[in-house]
Amino acid sequence: MTGFVSLSAAMARGFFRDRTAMFFTILFPLMFLVLFGGLFKDSGASKTDVLQIGSVPVLEQLPAEAAAGIGQVLAVERTDDRADALEQVRKGDKAAALEQVGGELIVHYSAADQVKSATVQGILESLVQEANLAAAGVTTPALKLSAKPVEDESLKAIQYMTPGLLGWAIATGATFGAALTLVTWRQKKILRRLRLSPVPVTSIISARVSVSIVIALVQSAIFIGVALLPYFGLQLADQWWGFIPIMIAGTLAFLSIGLLAGAVAKTAEAASAIANLITLPMAFLSGAFFPLEGAPEWLRTVSEFLPLKHLVSSMQDVMVRGEAFSVTLPDIGILLGFTVVLSAAAAALFRWDDA
Amino acid sequence: MSSAIKVEELRKSYGELRAVDGISFEVQAGEFFGILGPNGAGKTTTLEMVEGLRQPDSGTVSLFGESPWPRNPRLLPRIGVQLQASAFFERLTAREQIRTFASLYGVPARKADEWLGVVGLEDMADKRNEDLSGGQQQRLSIACALAHGPDLVFLDEPTSGLDPQARRNLWDVLRDINSQGRTVVLTTHYLDEAESLCDRVAIMDHGRILESGPPASLVRDLDAPTRISIESGVLTADAARTLADGVEVSDDGVSLTLATRTPAPVLSALAERDALRGLSVRGATLEDVFLHLTGREYRA
Ligand SMILES: Nc1ncnc2c1ncn2[C@@H]1O[C@H](COP(=O)(O)OP(=O)(O)OP(=O)(O)O)[C@@H](O)[C@H]1O
Ligand SMILES: [Mg+2]
Repeated sequence: MTGFVSLSAAMARGFFRDRTAMFFTILFPLMFLVLFGGLFKDSGASKTDVLQIGSVPVLEQLPAEAAAGIGQVLAVERTDDRADALEQVRKGDKAAALEQVGGELIVHYSAADQVKSATVQGILESLVQEANLAAAGVTTPALKLSAKPVEDESLKAIQYMTPGLLGWAIATGATFGAALTLVTWRQKKILRRLRLSPVPVTSIISARVSVSIVIALVQSAIFIGVALLPYFGLQLADQWWGFIPIMIAGTLAFLSIGLLAGAVAKTAEAASAIANLITLPMAFLSGAFFPLEGAPEWLRTVSEFLPLKHLVSSMQDVMVRGEAFSVTLPDIGILLGFTVVLSAAAAALFRWDDA
Repeated sequence: MSSAIKVEELRKSYGELRAVDGISFEVQAGEFFGILGPNGAGKTTTLEMVEGLRQPDSGTVSLFGESPWPRNPRLLPRIGVQLQASAFFERLTAREQIRTFASLYGVPARKADEWLGVVGLEDMADKRNEDLSGGQQQRLSIACALAHGPDLVFLDEPTSGLDPQARRNLWDVLRDINSQGRTVVLTTHYLDEAESLCDRVAIMDHGRILESGPPASLVRDLDAPTRISIESGVLTADAARTLADGVEVSDDGVSLTLATRTPAPVLSALAERDALRGLSVRGATLEDVFLHLTGREYRA
């Protein structure tokens, strides 16, 4: 146990004092986030912002299902300052302001942005109709409008990119960390020296695992922290922290890839080349950099075999799509499967020294 | 006395090269044992097989009655090893380094820190190992090998790269741990070191042990002449040859050297002629034994 703790400390110190490693595991992926986050700031499906002045029972009394549907297209914010609300609509900051006076739903809109105001009007009209039908005792209307943005599955760029790039950063960090530790410790004879000490191999491996998990947590904290800045405007789902289990499973899977690369490679250069060769194409094929929704069928099939796809899509589900942690369970299983197979191969190829 | 190390007919080849070619020796518990030999003689390979770092092609090794291969967790806490090529964790300071190694053996940090003092590195404790000098790294590596108080210590050329002060201080450290009943095995190219430290040495070449025994008896058995030197010009070479029977004389322009197996009459004859200026008398040393056994050619 003391062996595990002190080896973890030694590895962590070695990592955090290594500027190159710090750059490539933390700063480099973050640069992508900042760059793309800035470039594609306004692309992707965005909700239409509307204001609600005072109480609007039509909206408030919607059944949960309908409210969720509306929530996908309209971002409703409540205010009690009528004058200010109208001013915001006039300036174009909001698409419309809603007000209910008795049985009348009033939509204040600006003619400046006709597309948005038409959207709002259309949606609200259907709401009013439904409410009327319900009042008339028709519970299952013959015809029903349900509003859904066509971009339903896609997300605003930052929403998509944060989990994608973070997944890629974690994958790269874990792969390189394991591969380079194994190779440099072998080259620098530390492994032989450890072999002469009574520390169990499991302590050496679990030290590497725990350091990698800590690094992944640090990466996540920094990534999410930066993406949450108002400039980028990441909106996390309520249970976003449910991504931690899938993140740990992903770290394990990529650690085992790294251990395998480190077991095969003789030099640090060879180890990083192998690690790059695995993680970089995978990033493109797994939807870490751009969405796979529009990608050809074959690519989507290929991606199913790549651990990064499972890591990234589950992280997106939980962090930004608002899915429950339980939807990541199948992907966690797949990633742990990768881990078991690859670390068994790495263990079979493990060498204490070059000679 | 029980034996700490017992090696029988050990062999190891690298391809065609027979690095270790059938060696046997035994080291008693508490003994200070030295392995000497030219570069490439097979010393490191032998030590690594004994430590359990390399698998012998054939032959047996037993440490305290147990085999070190494959990795034997019962033996590991009892042995301490300083490898010929130092092995350190990257980017750790000297103090972090030795604390990490010590903790692998369950040794507390305070005790590990004391060892930095023993090898004179307190002032360097906060320096990263990359910033230590070669000799300082060597001392740190030795401290890391000794910090857990092993019963059996292997040191592969521990004093290479050390300045004379550090070398003498390390000798004291090694004598001290040996006097506590710990067994020490070292390799060295400094024959004065082997002569001064070791109870017994083995001289190796080409993967075989040529001779082994206490340094003094190896020197005695060599039966080499005593070399008496005086300043050049005090006596001619011809005059020197007449001093006693069987004297070999050589003059290199700085010193006139007389090699003889009967130094007493030669010395008194020199004294009679008042020809003692710059006198030095040198008996045979382990170095003579070594060169006699292994020759003078360069090794690969
Ligand atoms: N890993 C290896 N692969 C191939 N040959 C090796 C290897 N290690 C050592 N040798 C060879 O085996 C022979 C013995 O090497 P060894 O390191 O045991 O010598 P040594 O006595 O320790 O020498 P030195 O005094 O220079 O340390 C040498 O000829 C060396 O070239
Ligand atoms: Mg050697």
